Amino acid sequence: MSNLALIIYCGLITFLTRFSMIALLKKEMFNDRIREVLSYVPSAIFPAIIFPAIFLNNSGFIQLDDNPKILASIIAMIIGVFSKNVLATIFSGLFSYWTIIFIF
Amino acid sequence: MNNKSKNFFKGIKDTSPLMIPVVPFGIIFGVLAIDLGLTPLTTIAMSVIIFGGASQIIFLQLFSAGASSFVILSSVGAVNSRHLLYGTVLSEHLSDLNLTWKIIVSYFLVDQAFAVSNNHFKKNKKDKDKYFHLIGGGLNCWTIWQITTIIGIYLGSIIPEKLGLTFAIPLTFLALLVNDFRKFINVIVIIVSGSVATLGYQIIPYKAYVIVAAFVGLFVAFILTKFVKKKL
Repeated sequence: MSNLALIIYCGLITFLTRFSMIALLKKEMFNDRIREVLSYVPSAIFPAIIFPAIFLNNSGFIQLDDNPKILASIIAMIIGVFSKNVLATIFSGLFSYWTIIFIF
Repeated sequence: MNNKSKNFFKGIKDTSPLMIPVVPFGIIFGVLAIDLGLTPLTTIAMSVIIFGGASQIIFLQLFSAGASSFVILSSVGAVNSRHLLYGTVLSEHLSDLNLTWKIIVSYFLVDQAFAVSNNHFKKNKKDKDKYFHLIGGGLNCWTIWQITTIIGIYLGSIIPEKLGLTFAIPLTFLALLVNDFRKFINVIVIIVSGSVATLGYQIIPYKAYVIVAAFVGLFVAFILTKFVKKKL
């Protein structure tokens, strides 16, 4: 599949998830139980991107020693939990990371 | 000013504070796309066609890891499943629109626009032009997203690779989860999903670790919510 075709399909999927419920739903087709479980979707999927990107090295193996991303992520998480600020979280993580790799 | 424009501009105004974090997000996306070898045109095409930050960044992550088209598509679908929830919530307010307007409104249904328009709709149930609020908010996000993508594309060609900016990917998603770190079930789901993805990275075929981990995480959420009363 060419890159552009793949992008178009991804765009279609994104659009359909936005459109389907608005177009098809008669009210209350989803009960509260399904809604409750769906509210955990971010907690279920984002860590699957976060953890491997932090704990795996470039060859795809777990690296716990000499891995500045771990400490930087912990700092970002602490700043994030207390500030509840998206920007502060991202930048505290990046700056800690740079401090570790460039200064120490 | 007629009622439609009033709603439209209210949507722009209401989403504006939420645009502050979108700016670096869009720039990060543009920078990473160029870093990972996409052309400027492909990068812009992604922001116009997909128009979803999390979808676009997970696309980059998997694309650069050499995942198959099927895995990329299903992962994008999984990230987007939260939109089903948005649509469900909004559908009662939008059920009277004709198909064309439903299509237009759907394209603009991004997180920030949903957040403010959902409140607006609840307060203005009887206003039949209220959907213009969502279009205004969505168009505001859209404009900021395209501009910041282009800024990122430009910066991506001058920022040195040594800075390790790909680390911004996990940080961005971490930032989207900060409110969940305080809730017990969420923390368990986060740890389970993250561990499955990390340990399964080498074992799970076709780079499907994101999907597999997400389903395991949701299953855990399904079980735990059955037994633990949710604190509201």
